[in-house]
Amino acid sequence: MSKKPLKIGVLAMQGAFEEHIQILDSMGIETIEVRLKDQLADIDGLIIPGGESTTMGKMLNRYDLLEALREKGNSGFPMFGTCAGMIMMSKKVEDGLPGQPLLELMDITTIRNAFGRQIESFEADLDVSEIGERPFHGVFIRAPIIKCVNGTVDVLARFENNIVAVRQDNLLATSFHPEIAGDSRFHEYFVNIVEKWKEMHGKD
Amino acid sequence: MVEKSTFKVKEGLARMLKGGVIMDVTTKEQAIIAQEAGACAVMALERVPADIRAHGGVARMADPIKVGEILKSVTIPVMAKVRIGHFVEAQILESMGVDFIDESEVLTPADEQFHINKYDFKTPFVCGARDLGEALRRIGEGAAMIRTKGEAGTGNVVEAVRHMRTVMGQVRHIMNMPDEELMTFSKDIGAPFELVKLTKEMGRLPVVNFAAGGIATPADASLMMQLGADGIFVGSGIFKSNNPPARAKAIVEATTHYMDPKILAKVSEGIGEAMKGLEISLIPKEELLASRGW
Repeated sequence: MSKKPLKIGVLAMQGAFEEHIQILDSMGIETIEVRLKDQLADIDGLIIPGGESTTMGKMLNRYDLLEALREKGNSGFPMFGTCAGMIMMSKKVEDGLPGQPLLELMDITTIRNAFGRQIESFEADLDVSEIGERPFHGVFIRAPIIKCVNGTVDVLARFENNIVAVRQDNLLATSFHPEIAGDSRFHEYFVNIVEKWKEMHGKD
Repeated sequence: MVEKSTFKVKEGLARMLKGGVIMDVTTKEQAIIAQEAGACAVMALERVPADIRAHGGVARMADPIKVGEILKSVTIPVMAKVRIGHFVEAQILESMGVDFIDESEVLTPADEQFHINKYDFKTPFVCGARDLGEALRRIGEGAAMIRTKGEAGTGNVVEAVRHMRTVMGQVRHIMNMPDEELMTFSKDIGAPFELVKLTKEMGRLPVVNFAAGGIATPADASLMMQLGADGIFVGSGIFKSNNPPARAKAIVEATTHYMDPKILAKVSEGIGEAMKGLEISLIPKEELLASRGW
């Protein structure tokens, strides 16, 4: 019997979810846009895209996905958050909105819009040894940074001493946008995490 | 090497707004209501288009005090409008740290010949368009995002539908066009050839394309999304209705769940009356906003 192929969900409440789907498509990975709880049923991993974290949080709350995603993330289910997605996965957000709904999955404290408003947005090459020697082109848009990490969080990349990419077990987060970098190495890295997780825990 | 304010980060911000709703607000209280409802950005302005229409006179960039208050009151991106061709209004808004500038036909044009050279700015620009030629001319000038013009302040979606269908139809047309026809097509629609070629390669408008101008209900928002919009601007539609918080929230949800009629039905329930709206054919031609800009 052949193994059931991987299927990765991309949270599609708002933001650059199409960009993530296009990259996964180009890698031959099956995807599903996730807007409702039942769309979580047979996925092997989830990407939370860049976008507006307050909008996503409210929609997760209103459509009853917050608790479901929290449970999944806490049980070792692979998730990858970029920018707003990273904010969503943080245990703590400094200068977040009061009561801003978060998934509170990773032991990181994030600062929103840490570099300032849009005119401070920038591109810069980053050294990320986990994904290879060639630098990864980071696109930072009103980007958050990680102020501190606790526990078992691995720092994957820094920009001028600020932590901008982390992994904790099967949870991966970047403050920049691999979905518009024209480089699929972060997605390949994540798919690798998903494959390993599926081998150990997934049903086929 | 660190590069700031590149075209990539400009059009990148527009990508991050996709699937969301950008709401016109005139006070910080309204901005907070919009953010609470789930808006992905707000547009700070002096008066909503319906009031601009009613007041007449010259409509200009909002008072910097007002823009500053709105910038401070919310954490989501803040946009603001400048008159077509008024690059000084744009310089002022950029100096204040506004996240996106809308060079808008809703305000009275300051230049009847030339739009702003948007490459001169670090702040990204969004511009209105009625068809592909107009959209690509604005992108050629450096716009990082396009929206349909629609007919602002009317609460009538018909013009936004016309403009979205026109742009999408022309993109589909190019897709089936052999390459040797692209130059003549570019000349006919008055668009830069390279951008016409890029549109064909990408199979879509090269930057994010929102719907604007007359969206008043959750169903309107879904209609525009199903026609191919990347997201929604709502101007007068929210704060000219009789229950702005409920309507704002419903339009946000309709934009996310635009393909799900059951959810659309649910979010459309009990949100009060929509703005009254205007029949386009009864508006005198010289009062139509969409024909401003070229």
